[in-house]
Amino acid sequence: MNIDPRPSVIEERLKNVKRIIAVTGWKGGIGKSVTACSLALLLAKKGFKTGLFDLDFAGASDHLILGAKGLFPKEEKGLEPPLLEGVKFMSVVFFSENKAVPLRGANVSDAIIELLAITQWGELDFLVLDMPPGINDAALDVMRFAKKAEVLAVTTPSLIARDVLERSLALYRTLKVPVLGVVENMARGTASKSAAARLRFDAGLEAALGSPSALLKTRFCRDLAAAVKTLEL
Amino acid sequence: MHEWALAESVIKSTVEYAGAEKITKLKEAGVVFGELQAIDKEIFVFALEELRRQFPAALTCKFKIIKEPAAFRCKACSHKFALKGLKKTKDEAEFIHFVPEMAHTFLKCPKCKSPDFELVAGRGVSISYIKGAK
Repeated sequence: MNIDPRPSVIEERLKNVKRIIAVTGWKGGIGKSVTACSLALLLAKKGFKTGLFDLDFAGASDHLILGAKGLFPKEEKGLEPPLLEGVKFMSVVFFSENKAVPLRGANVSDAIIELLAITQWGELDFLVLDMPPGINDAALDVMRFAKKAEVLAVTTPSLIARDVLERSLALYRTLKVPVLGVVENMARGTASKSAAARLRFDAGLEAALGSPSALLKTRFCRDLAAAVKTLEL
Repeated sequence: MHEWALAESVIKSTVEYAGAEKITKLKEAGVVFGELQAIDKEIFVFALEELRRQFPAALTCKFKIIKEPAAFRCKACSHKFALKGLKKTKDEAEFIHFVPEMAHTFLKCPKCKSPDFELVAGRGVSISYIKGAK
């Protein structure tokens, strides 16, 4: 016998989380992390109790987008995520000293299960998950353990991103994972038919990274705020 | 007190297993402590005792702690090695304590320096046996 006890408490850890939004997109570099961070900031600004979990272990970047420095979870019957601009924030970077995390698939799964089992989110209206690109261990584990997760898919106007998006949406339909909507990032011209919202290309976005207050003032965030209304979040 | 969360998972899993296997009286469960995670036994056992109140089915269960040495095998050069002798700072040991997979960030194969190694044994907390009366 070899029982892994950790999965047994994951449901308990998430029981007071009303909604889980998994920000996905199967291509890299399409703006998932900026979208996830901005969404968490916008929801917190609206007064919702919000959490953000960076699940992109290989390319963790939410801490850079949010300018998170000198933070570490508090040990209290597990780990309580630190609060950043009203958002409870958890990331693997708290444990990696911002060094590379070279994990194979099974190791990624183990690390995700560990963090899901020990993180005490408490009461949340929204938990935003910043998913890694692709359909991999992280994505499959989220579907396995966070059964109430709703997908918010990010894409770009690129033919490649759109094609990959269609494949991902087909899989989510097959797996009966609810899709909240599609946001088209870096949008120019008219929106694609499948997109519920457009986030226009914003040349000023790069300069706002690292400062939540500056990020919230960008055109990108204004567009995302409109998308939040459209998606009825 | 990060051990609390893991102790809760152990006691909950044990009780759930007993329910599934129709065990009416739990007698003993083997709890494996992998060397890599360096769980504090005293805190863990204290948490288990406190948690028994929430899980009455576990009141009769003795939890036996079994320590398992960590064993690694390098995927790059196939070298087999142990945890003892691998260099890590106090902070790095703490990070590995929270998330054992951080070993791949802070530890290297002593022979070829690759972080691409397999943890063959001794990762973290698991349950090796559950005994009880039906």
